[in-house]
Amino acid sequence: MRIRSRKAAVIALAATAALTLGSCSSSGGREDTDTGGAAAGVADTPRIKIAMVTHAAPGDTFWDIVRSGAEAAAKKDNVDLNYQGAPEAADQANLVQSAIDAKADGIAVTMAKPDAMAPTVKAAVDAGIPVTVLNGGIDAWQATGAIGYFGSNETVAGEAVGTRLSTEGAKKVLCVIQEQGNVSLDARCAGVKNTFTGTTENIFVTGTDMPSVQQSITSKLQQDPAIDRVVALGAPYALTAVKAIADAGSQAKVGTFDTNEELVKAIQGGTVEWAVDQQPYLQGYLAVDALWLYKTNGNSIGGGQATLTGPAFIDSTNVDRVADFAAKGTR
Amino acid sequence: MSTSVSSPSASAALQGKDDRVKTRSVTSRLLSRPEIGSLIGAVAVFVLFCVVAPTFRTAPSLATVAYSASTIGIMAVAVALLMIGGEFDLSAGVVVTTSALAASTFAFQLRLNLWVGIVVALLLALAVGAFNGWLLMRTGLPSFLITLGTFFMLQGLNLGVTKLLTGGVSSDSVADMDGFSAAQAVFASTVQVGGVGVKITVFWWILFVAIATWTLLRTRVGNWIFAAGGDAAAARAVGVPVRRTKIGLFMAVGFCGWFVGMHQLFSFDSIQSGGGVGQEFIYIIAAVVGGCLLTGGYGSAIGSAIGALIFGMTSLGIVYAGWDANWFKLFLGVMLLLATIVNLVVKNQASKR
Repeated sequence: MRIRSRKAAVIALAATAALTLGSCSSSGGREDTDTGGAAAGVADTPRIKIAMVTHAAPGDTFWDIVRSGAEAAAKKDNVDLNYQGAPEAADQANLVQSAIDAKADGIAVTMAKPDAMAPTVKAAVDAGIPVTVLNGGIDAWQATGAIGYFGSNETVAGEAVGTRLSTEGAKKVLCVIQEQGNVSLDARCAGVKNTFTGTTENIFVTGTDMPSVQQSITSKLQQDPAIDRVVALGAPYALTAVKAIADAGSQAKVGTFDTNEELVKAIQGGTVEWAVDQQPYLQGYLAVDALWLYKTNGNSIGGGQATLTGPAFIDSTNVDRVADFAAKGTR
Repeated sequence: MSTSVSSPSASAALQGKDDRVKTRSVTSRLLSRPEIGSLIGAVAVFVLFCVVAPTFRTAPSLATVAYSASTIGIMAVAVALLMIGGEFDLSAGVVVTTSALAASTFAFQLRLNLWVGIVVALLLALAVGAFNGWLLMRTGLPSFLITLGTFFMLQGLNLGVTKLLTGGVSSDSVADMDGFSAAQAVFASTVQVGGVGVKITVFWWILFVAIATWTLLRTRVGNWIFAAGGDAAAARAVGVPVRRTKIGLFMAVGFCGWFVGMHQLFSFDSIQSGGGVGQEFIYIIAAVVGGCLLTGGYGSAIGSAIGALIFGMTSLGIVYAGWDANWFKLFLGVMLLLATIVNLVVKNQASKR
């Protein structure tokens, strides 16, 4: 038995090797690309340690772009960047605390769950560490004594979408929420509802299970044929919505929040109408750069007010300008 | 094992018959099947949504429900076999993502035909299953702990390797590579049945359930599975190859994980490396609703299919009924509890006879 299975393993390995050698793909596959991002000289200021702590779930494309922005700024500003993420507020607070304990020179943090994060952010400020807030927490950052906020206002972004949908003449919108109980996702759909002249309906899907996302959207479209727009709250879900619409035989069009490389291609190809961009790269970049400016020159970007990085629409009129950057993972 | 032997004294008075065997009525035998409770639960859920949701009754909707059930059911059937064999696999959800990532990344990075990636992913998924089974038999630790370890390891690998190779957290799109259309036809196409588009996974699911049921009820391997799950020591004593059986069952879970992974890859072109987490419980729930005991040695493959169907009908039925989305998870939980309770009541009634 043992010998037989070993022999089988050898055969399997050999077969794979043979297949591998004899079957190159004539199209697609990896291409040799340059590393992307903004490359420039390095500042001659002393090296400082900055910790960035976000509420990113592991494996979310959006946060990847935030991180690239932060890393680009770190490279330019001679910063030793330590990036951490934890979706649970308690874990995230612990990460901030450990950055305080490690005596970081600056901390960039997201405040998606402001009540849970505020005490720890305050503790960092009290310890004399400059803090910037990015992406989430627009109503809470000033009270903590942070030096700046870089992000978009989710409600404002949602309202911009609602207005656009109204001018496009849409009648009924389905807003797809991929994570139940997430404040900023709720705020987006609520914003859409505020300004949209037609009816808005929300649906919750399980974001970690793509087939079930597709199935849920398909069934909603079958149940209510009057839906003529689907608004997704993340690029991968928008692409899945396109497939669900085909399955359901619906005529609905798709718009989305946030982008990635595939989504930019979908806008170019016309399967997705537009995307609301909150410029995640800029959020990461500015959060780090603002700390550096504060450390080296006492500046504060935004002058005590929130710096909005969105909402900006990417659609067929301007998508080509964005496409090259998206391919490098920076838009 | 669940053979129907009654006490010898009960029918000793009957002359001319073997006094160790009592014939039971057809209804009694039917009611003591593991899947019967879930079948009644499924019918109840079906009738409920037929009444409250008009769109639920249409053929395209039923095709969507069947698709939903199939993506859960293909995994649930392997998980059910494993549970009958007395073990759990918590890595079942993540191995789906691992396989899909392995297939796309391998082919993409080396610019190969996608079928090479598919074969490599299959070997990897089988290896993960074999590793789980081997470590279990080697250490004697509970499968819950061992597969929890693999669950975390695979989750980290998915993310770490993807990030390392692509620089991002989702795999690159493979839609323009050689072999894509053929693979899509096998794993993710839509078949027209009487004017209604049915996903091909539904047919694969039916095939897998049929094979599993035949194996369980008609082959020696099936007896081994029941025996290994009922009492491993006793089974070993009467000559059942428990080690091989359990490793084989873990590999079957790996195989089904690979299959679902391929379906996801060729449906969505690129794969989110964080996906699949939490799905393992849904597979276990489907198997349990379908009559598998958490203690092993009892259950059925058809039951797991009915469990998956209940899950599919409930999760989409709520949408078809247009119930408030905020309450979705609550409805889901209540439905699943009800189905399980019906299952339990029927089983208790049946065993009283």
